[in-house]
Amino acid sequence: MLSVRSLFTEYANEGGGAVKAVQNVSFEVPEGKLFTLLGPSGCGKTTTLRSIAGLEKPTAGEIEADGRLVYSSEKGIFVAPNRRNFGMVFQSYAIWPHMNVFQNAAFPLEVRKLRKKDIRERVMRVLHAVALEDLADRDATKLSGGQQQRLALARALVMEPQLLLLDEPLSNLDAKLRDRMRSELKRLQRDLNLTTVYVTHDQTEALALSHEIAVMNEGRVVQIGTPRQIYEQPSDRFVADFVGSTNFIGGTVTALGDGCCVVSSAMGEIKAHASEGVDKNAKVVVSVRPEDVELSETQPMASDVDTVCKGTIQAKDFLGDYLDFHVKVGDVVLLAKAHPSLRTPTGDSIYVRMKADKCVAISSQ
Amino acid sequence: MTQAVERFTPLPAAAPRFDPKWVMIGVPVALVAWLALVPLVFLVWQSFLTPQTAALAAQYTLENFRTAYLSSDNIRLFANSLQFAVGAAVLSLVIGTGLAWMNERTNTPLKTLFFALAIIPLVIPGILFTVAWIMLGSPKIGLINLALQRLFDTDAVFVNVYTMAGMIWVDGLHYSPMAFLLMTATFRSMDPALEEQAAMSGASVAAVARRITLPLAWPAALGALLILFVRAIESFEVPALLGLPVGIHVYTSSIYQAIHQYPSQIGLAAAYAVTLLLTTSLGIYAQTRLSSQGARFSTITGKGFRPRTIDLGGWRYLTATIFMLYFLVIVLLPFLVLVWSSLQKFYSAPSWAALSRVSLDSYRAVLDHPQFANTVWNSVVLAIGSASTVMLISAVIAWIVVRTRVPGRWMLDNLASLPLVFPGLVLGLAIMVCYLYLDIGVYGTLWIIFIAYVTRFLPYGMRYNSASMLQIHKELEESAAMSGASWSMTFGRVVLPLLKPGLLAGFIYVMIVSIRELSSSILLYSPGTEVVSIMIWELWQNGQYVELSALGVMLILALFLLVVLAQLAGRRFGIAET
Repeated sequence: MLSVRSLFTEYANEGGGAVKAVQNVSFEVPEGKLFTLLGPSGCGKTTTLRSIAGLEKPTAGEIEADGRLVYSSEKGIFVAPNRRNFGMVFQSYAIWPHMNVFQNAAFPLEVRKLRKKDIRERVMRVLHAVALEDLADRDATKLSGGQQQRLALARALVMEPQLLLLDEPLSNLDAKLRDRMRSELKRLQRDLNLTTVYVTHDQTEALALSHEIAVMNEGRVVQIGTPRQIYEQPSDRFVADFVGSTNFIGGTVTALGDGCCVVSSAMGEIKAHASEGVDKNAKVVVSVRPEDVELSETQPMASDVDTVCKGTIQAKDFLGDYLDFHVKVGDVVLLAKAHPSLRTPTGDSIYVRMKADKCVAISSQ
Repeated sequence: MTQAVERFTPLPAAAPRFDPKWVMIGVPVALVAWLALVPLVFLVWQSFLTPQTAALAAQYTLENFRTAYLSSDNIRLFANSLQFAVGAAVLSLVIGTGLAWMNERTNTPLKTLFFALAIIPLVIPGILFTVAWIMLGSPKIGLINLALQRLFDTDAVFVNVYTMAGMIWVDGLHYSPMAFLLMTATFRSMDPALEEQAAMSGASVAAVARRITLPLAWPAALGALLILFVRAIESFEVPALLGLPVGIHVYTSSIYQAIHQYPSQIGLAAAYAVTLLLTTSLGIYAQTRLSSQGARFSTITGKGFRPRTIDLGGWRYLTATIFMLYFLVIVLLPFLVLVWSSLQKFYSAPSWAALSRVSLDSYRAVLDHPQFANTVWNSVVLAIGSASTVMLISAVIAWIVVRTRVPGRWMLDNLASLPLVFPGLVLGLAIMVCYLYLDIGVYGTLWIIFIAYVTRFLPYGMRYNSASMLQIHKELEESAAMSGASWSMTFGRVVLPLLKPGLLAGFIYVMIVSIRELSSSILLYSPGTEVVSIMIWELWQNGQYVELSALGVMLILALFLLVVLAQLAGRRFGIAET
């Protein structure tokens, strides 16, 4: 449906030099799927989204939606944003304060010069879908944060866009409301089968909502994959670190075979999943999530793909629904997430088990 | 989006489609360039020409600058101008800072009322304020002298406004509210935590003031002083009415005299004007530099501070008395003396005999004056016309400067603000010279005054519009584009409605300053195109003081009404920021 090919964007900064905001970004979004651009601030995700919207003019590349080229540097095509027919929800929601709820949602239809009766019908239908129909006559400034977010969504949907673009739409809401709006948004997207591009810096949002995620850093796409792939098999250190918290253990590959490898490290030998580009004798880091570091007071059963070793508890933090243990194994301190029922005191020794498919060896060269 | 080139199919060729946006942007840009630059060029050119007479065509010469700089009077002229401008600026700043400090940092009673009252004097036109002070402080007819002479039973003259000190007093007093507003803003934006932190570190009250408060406030105070200096050196009414009769010349009054002698010395006036222009440019430049440097102190944040007020104890009644005295001197006395004089048949000091002669004859005389209806009409047409033009042009320019990434937009910003450095009289002269030579039929019509007003007040429009434009989140416009609206639709349906409060406030402000305007109009009017301020000037020249007072009272009331309207409009159309 949407295809972005080799997109480059450069800005002139104050000193006249070029800032490379987006470099060689390419991805495809199939019909009806939700695609997320995930990354820290300044990674180029918003610039990419705004280039798709037509609010920024890229330096080079191609953007095609539903078989129509909306931007191509080679062919000199740039379709103005108001002619692209993409709906967009902005981070600030951009609700016009001088219009009421109905007028805000009706604006896209009014500029398309639809008949009054049709406008009324379609606006009320979309307001119903976001549960705002009772507030149609209310001043837009008198809406709560969640209502503003839904109105912004209604305004983007009322024109029946080919593509829905969402720029951090949940970041202005408080934590509880954010969770509710997240599932609401997911339900709506799945029900309406809308092709959607979603921008966020929040990994939880990205993992919960997306069919596919592109992790971006310093203007480049680092990894594209399903949420599970991104989380469980990060392709590099940045992705592992950015998406969720993780332990990094440095080491050298001593044996390699069939996607698996053995890494010799300061905490001993670790059996790990080998990601692309990992060779024998190469320097690597092994990434393992704290919830995949299993702790037990008794010697655990170990199959030949598990790494089992013994460590000492250095510190532990009680966090309510789980405990953080800092376990020292050899010269390495591992962070492990454990159930609160584990009550081993600080200073005692404890067994550690890590499954090979949860340990990912990433080339560190 | 600086480009709106678009094609739906990937076919080659096809020229970029014409977009009405470029007309809407191009016209104001061309207009601003014309308004701000062309008269300046003519002014400079004129300063190198000899006077044109019937017998002799104008020739290139350096004589004007020789007269302006090398004549023995020149040092006097320069010293007088400097003394007057510095004196008036310092007086305003001292009064304004004192009042602002009392108002912002002490618990003086009735402060809120005072803040509302302090803005009123800005409504009184300079010529009326000066005339009122002549009636109060002239050695012969001044009420203050008469009252004191009766009290002490002498003939001694106690105050005399026809002196340098008198000029400084009247001008400095008139613009002290401006200093008050500038310094109030400074005190408000200063985070009291900075002072409290110093106190917690063990500094005494005096040490806090010396080591923290003053260093933080000085860039702002110096900036305010520069603004006030530039304004004072541009002042025309006070030097013309108080200085000229006793031979105290400054640049503005010299320009006026050079033009109004026979044969008219336009070249000499232009040479003076160029000098004056250089001075004001230097002042504005220094002020801009200072304020951009001051940014590093960054005492201004978006946070609403709750300034700590000092408990003055019993002293607060003293400060309340100072407030009242100030209000008496700056509003009540001048206004009452005008009202009194307007109720007389011929000007006389208040007495029981004079009280019995009170009548409304002068108001009748003004209303029946053959010029009156036409003059008021001219003023109203000019005020509405220039205010709407200024606000519309500056809205588009502010949009370009704030919103787009058009290269060279900073130049546009500077161009639109350039008229700030033009003293009214200099702008009037430049425009007069320009349209004397460019014969496009505006000379001698209302249009030339209209051009002058639009040029002169464009920077004010810019200030109002950029301020409100900056408050409009960019995404409000972008979401309109994403909704399918074209540029003109977005501008008309989203940008302008959101600018409305600022537009309206700016519109009324420009109307007020247009109606008060004298120093540009005075070089540009001809019979039939007089405006109200010119009529007051002419009544003064003819010695018709009571008619002048009646007209003045009516004008002040009308302007006051406009200010009230502006405040109401601000409240009515104020949009809650989300």
